[in-house]
Amino acid sequence: MPEKTDILNSLKTKFPEAVLCEQPTRDEFHTFWIDKKFIIPVLGYLKNEPGLNFKFLFDLTAIDEQARKYRQGQPESTFTVVYQLLSFERNEFLRLKVGLVGSTPSVATASTVWPNANWYEREVYDMFGVKFDGHPHMERIIMPRSWKGHPLQKCHPARATEMGPFHMPEDKMLGEQDLYQFKPEEWGLKKTSDDNKDFMFLNLGPQHPGTHGILRLILQMDGENIVNVVPDIGYHHRGAEKMGERQSWHTYIPYTDRVEYLSGVMNNYPYVMAVEKLGGIEIPDRAKVIRIMLCELFRISSHLVWYGTFAQDLGMMTPVFLMFYDREKLFEVIEAICGDRMHPNWFRIGGVVQDLPNGWEGLVRGFLKYMNPRLKEYDKMVLRNRIFKGRTKGIGIYNTEEAIDWGVSGVGLRATGFDWDLRKRMTYGGYDQFDFDIPVGSNGDCYDRAVLRSEEIRQSLRIIEQCVNNMPAGPYKSHNPLTTPPDKKFTMYDIETLINHFVNVTWGPVIPPNEGFSLVEASKGLNGYYLVSDGSTTSYRTRIRTPSFPHIQFVPYFSKGYTIADLLAILGSVDYVLSDIDR
Amino acid sequence: MSETWAQILIIICVLLGTVTIAAGLIYVERKMLAVWQQRSGPNRVGPFGSLQVLADMIKIFFKEDWIPPFVDKKVFILAPTIIMLSILMSFSIVPFAPGLVVADMNVGLLFFLAMSSLGTYTIILAGWSSDNKYALIGGVRGAAQMISYEVFMSLSLMGVVLQTGSFNMTDIVNSQKGLWNVIPQFIGFVIFLLAGIAETHRLPFDLPEAESELVAGYHSEYSGMKFGMFFVGEYLGITLISCMIALLFFGGWLGPSFLPGIVWFLIKMFAFILFFILLRAALPRPRYDQLMGLGWKVLLPLSLLNVLVTGAIVLLNS
Repeated sequence: MPEKTDILNSLKTKFPEAVLCEQPTRDEFHTFWIDKKFIIPVLGYLKNEPGLNFKFLFDLTAIDEQARKYRQGQPESTFTVVYQLLSFERNEFLRLKVGLVGSTPSVATASTVWPNANWYEREVYDMFGVKFDGHPHMERIIMPRSWKGHPLQKCHPARATEMGPFHMPEDKMLGEQDLYQFKPEEWGLKKTSDDNKDFMFLNLGPQHPGTHGILRLILQMDGENIVNVVPDIGYHHRGAEKMGERQSWHTYIPYTDRVEYLSGVMNNYPYVMAVEKLGGIEIPDRAKVIRIMLCELFRISSHLVWYGTFAQDLGMMTPVFLMFYDREKLFEVIEAICGDRMHPNWFRIGGVVQDLPNGWEGLVRGFLKYMNPRLKEYDKMVLRNRIFKGRTKGIGIYNTEEAIDWGVSGVGLRATGFDWDLRKRMTYGGYDQFDFDIPVGSNGDCYDRAVLRSEEIRQSLRIIEQCVNNMPAGPYKSHNPLTTPPDKKFTMYDIETLINHFVNVTWGPVIPPNEGFSLVEASKGLNGYYLVSDGSTTSYRTRIRTPSFPHIQFVPYFSKGYTIADLLAILGSVDYVLSDIDR
Repeated sequence: MSETWAQILIIICVLLGTVTIAAGLIYVERKMLAVWQQRSGPNRVGPFGSLQVLADMIKIFFKEDWIPPFVDKKVFILAPTIIMLSILMSFSIVPFAPGLVVADMNVGLLFFLAMSSLGTYTIILAGWSSDNKYALIGGVRGAAQMISYEVFMSLSLMGVVLQTGSFNMTDIVNSQKGLWNVIPQFIGFVIFLLAGIAETHRLPFDLPEAESELVAGYHSEYSGMKFGMFFVGEYLGITLISCMIALLFFGGWLGPSFLPGIVWFLIKMFAFILFFILLRAALPRPRYDQLMGLGWKVLLPLSLLNVLVTGAIVLLNS
């Protein structure tokens, strides 16, 4: 491959000692081990060199290597920091790894290269105890500030029963409450303005009707104008990544449903795809189309919730009821197919749970017929409303460059006029076989983001219609031995399937040691799973890269100078889910 | 003597009637919103949920009426009573039918404007005494909004006054026998309607309590019956504004004689109440500065123009 030598050679020419080795992985992207000393110059070079253009810091995470069995050929490391970069021009991802040794591991901060590295590095510090030298605010981000230990270290207990009984005496409670007191100095914020006026610090959330969940924003305000915003996250943290290390490959699927709880099976998709890459499992066509159809149904469901609540944020009372009514209709279809509504846990390693039920076409077609006219009505009611336009046009503007610098993906990126949808650009699961358009905005304001989402519902309806018209026949599950659970109808006839069935159901499938990464264009943006297998029935490291995390990090940057009312419009237009931020 | 008794009877009827209508509106609003929003609304208590109001009332009376320790206690308790008092006082000048009026003052309209100005105090004092940032922002917004819209409200009515030559409500209604004021005073009607929504701070102009921004705005800290007074006060406000629209622009009790005057009046009043509810169901909320901009940049010049043109026409005709 000419491209491969391109990156490696140019890196080797520029930094002769930086690249330690290349690690083979199961996904289609390159992984280089970089010497700790060179990582920041290398990152800067990859970002700014014209032929490389890795402008997008997709993810920054770490792996605790202390319990690892199979890592032959990799440089010595106790904690490995992993950088995942995306180049839009080259249309490929690149993974860089830095091995850190010693009891107090540290590496230079990448927040000088990408502003969105700030939160990722705080998360790595919080979860692994790896320090980033030169970081502007090296504090915990997700766990409470009083937390002892770093949860994603292998020595940290995963279960409450391993930790001893929990007590909350009066003085401890008061101490915890004191830690939540906001001190502006800690964030470098002044209490008074230059002309000696006091700023007001307004605590918005974690319990607030406008934040759609337990998100806390601290606003520094001058009258009703916002001077600065400090998001405080972590209230919805459930340790989804840690659970991945305790659950078998198969039993982790229901947890993924709940990572972005509005999009149901769309969260299963990147996870099972990553496991399938690790296991080398090929998916039959019917399963692919079923998956796409359900993902698009859930995209509509998620966008409907967004549509209604966004209108409600702007004081519109009615749309939310109408859209929840539509969502109810949609859930009837989903329930008939999956047996559950919001979190069907319906995808399996190697396929889906069951074949489609009898009469599913009628249900889906019925919904398509019902939904299109409703969307027209909503355009009239919401998007063409003059007050709505007045509240959203020209509010919360950012451009493509800023969006890419801050790791914004999905509608937030496309609203700036940048036509990049993963389903078209790095197609997966058969999306290239479908005929649909990617709506693109031009102004990058709240109104554009709203229009784009409403248009995406239409495009999803188109995709679903094509799924119904062209559903291929055949099996809904792969015949690979790692498929969990294997197709039951063969178990009583051939011993192989019986054995696989027994093993996969009792222990769970054993995935060969390696690593792999997969991502989808989810309803909120790019959602990716990076899995490291150590040849066991559980994952060694499950990294969930969610879109809402960088999006909320970006909010302070482009909401300065607006009023509280605008901030609520901006938050609504960003379309985040708290569980998607905290995991 | 019997005249005094009759007057007292009227006072009691008006008081009970308006409070009952205001309470009943809770049910009407919930049911009508439900109709427009594709859902059922209250349907469990009594036939078609009609006893829901009763249940709500019982609930609100027995709820813990908590006064937070950090509030300015006297003002905190005083604030919700002002809105009830000022609006109930306003009803005293409303002629429901010929003769059916508590006080047929010759400055009736001015009295109404004065009372609605007093209502502003409720929001300011509630917001201030709560010692809560959200309540304070709501209070400040409310004060600015209501004081601004008071100006256009008064000015928009001047056209009607000029045409009639009187501030007396009965005179104003009687002057509409030939033609309802809504036709010659259409601009005045539109401005009064908008100002009326702003005065009662109903959606779309509910910025003092904008729930998605300010939690509950100026009454965030209120609970129990004190909250209930704000609530009933809001519905009393809607009823009052609807009454005023019916009286000032739609001929009050005037109508074909197959129905008695009071029925015509009630029909008109309820039509406008429903209109208020429909507005709530249909529109989003503008931003604070947009609302003020609309007021000062559009409504003020328009209302001044209206006064000017009406004055000129009255002068010409005389």
